[in-house]
Amino acid sequence: MQEDVIHRRILKDRVFKGFIIFFSFVSIVPLLFILLYIIQNGIAAVNWQFLVHLPKPVGEAGGGISNALVGTCILILISCILAIPVGVLAGVYLSEHREGKLSYLARLCVEVLQGVPSIVIGIIAYVWVVLPLGKFSAFSAGVALGIMMLPVIVRTTEETLKLVPHPLKEASLALGVPYHRTILKVILPAGMSGIITGILLSVARIAGETAPLLFTAFGSPFMNLNIFKPISALPLLIFKYATSPYPEWHSIAWGASFVLVVFVLVLNLITKLVTRKWKVQF
Amino acid sequence: MEGTILKIENLSAYFGEQQVLKDINMSIPRKKVTAIMGPSGCGKTTLIRCINRMHELVPGARVTGRVLLGGKNVYTMDPIIVRRKIGMVFQEPNPFPTMSIYDNVIAGYKLNGIKISREEQDRIVEESLKKVALWDEVKDSLHRRGTFFSGGQQQRLCIARALAMEPEVLLLDEPTSALDPKATSRIEELITALKRHVTIILVTHNIAQAARVSDFTAFLYVGELIEFGPSEKLFSVPEDKRTEEYLTGKFG
Repeated sequence: MQEDVIHRRILKDRVFKGFIIFFSFVSIVPLLFILLYIIQNGIAAVNWQFLVHLPKPVGEAGGGISNALVGTCILILISCILAIPVGVLAGVYLSEHREGKLSYLARLCVEVLQGVPSIVIGIIAYVWVVLPLGKFSAFSAGVALGIMMLPVIVRTTEETLKLVPHPLKEASLALGVPYHRTILKVILPAGMSGIITGILLSVARIAGETAPLLFTAFGSPFMNLNIFKPISALPLLIFKYATSPYPEWHSIAWGASFVLVVFVLVLNLITKLVTRKWKVQF
Repeated sequence: MEGTILKIENLSAYFGEQQVLKDINMSIPRKKVTAIMGPSGCGKTTLIRCINRMHELVPGARVTGRVLLGGKNVYTMDPIIVRRKIGMVFQEPNPFPTMSIYDNVIAGYKLNGIKISREEQDRIVEESLKKVALWDEVKDSLHRRGTFFSGGQQQRLCIARALAMEPEVLLLDEPTSALDPKATSRIEELITALKRHVTIILVTHNIAQAARVSDFTAFLYVGELIEFGPSEKLFSVPEDKRTEEYLTGKFG
């Protein structure tokens, strides 16, 4: 009788363990399938021509996505220039002032901002930037994406800097180093790996955003380096080509998806590397 | 005696409502080691943090009275200037983990944006490291990061960093409490050697340490300065009963 109970318990434990292992596998499956599918369909389209050529009109064979690649890079650059200084400095403020009305409000706003749907942010950028300027532009898309990057950068900066030991700050101040230099030259370098991780993750997050680009960057079939003109981007190009009725455009969309996924994957890998290599031991 | 370098007049300190220092008056003699001892929570650390105005970093901290450095009130000076003249070493060794040994020593100049020539930098680094007897150990690895050091070495590096600024006064806040006995005795030797260059104020909860290294000793008890005088006298014939009780281990 007694043994019976024990046996049943052991069995239950085994089943439970089995479930845990099974569901961790299940969580890996979607990514594997996505990768497999995209590689299958996309890799055939990707070659050197594909990366350096402009799209061709319907009916002509070949054509590439160079305009979208350059466009995505420009958009990331603009949004980084806009979001990194604001995000990092806000993060510094929040880590320095854990209590207080402004900190509370800022923290709340950042959290809410993180939850705002990207299409809404796109509309806001449309109203704030596109309408006053009177045209779609790379700049307006950069604003939208910058707003999307902000919460991640603020939070990771804050969390990282909170881990920098307080005596380090005191050591600097006790040497007669002014507050701003202490922050810029002692505290920020000590938290650099975490801050860079946050920035890279936020870039990975916005690289594939489509919705906010629809009425800001708008897309363009041409190579464009002017940030005040409509510009193409990988997600926009994928959206446009995938919804077209032409099979050769579909394969370009798959190729572009492949490039985008590889880009995001590489960013994530770099992030892992940065956290490991640049970690400052206190 | 060559005179007084630091004069503390009617110094009281508060954290919010709580008064932690009560009307302290002290004259710190130049180029001597002055120990401040007392049981934990008696305000020793607060007292020296009032001297270089580090207590101001704590929200709600407030001070009345004056601290005169060479006749000038530090509370009317820019705190940045005060802290360059009055160096500080903390309880836990805190070298800058992102910097090499060399950069740690010269950090006071680099971080402050003070431009000095390369030769001058080399000279300051070498002199400071020699003063703390670290030069021979690290001269071949000056450009490695300082975090691989033992605690005692790290603490000496921090002292070198403070000395590099050529301060008039050096505040040591229980500099050996995180160290093992061997490292402690090296730091104590160092303190005795350093008083040729600089006035030292040493906070310690270790009575024996105060007796070993100090020329003058102050005994602080719940925010009050009970007794202050030459160490030989204070340790042999204390005037106040509370000092005697503390020294004989009746409390603290």
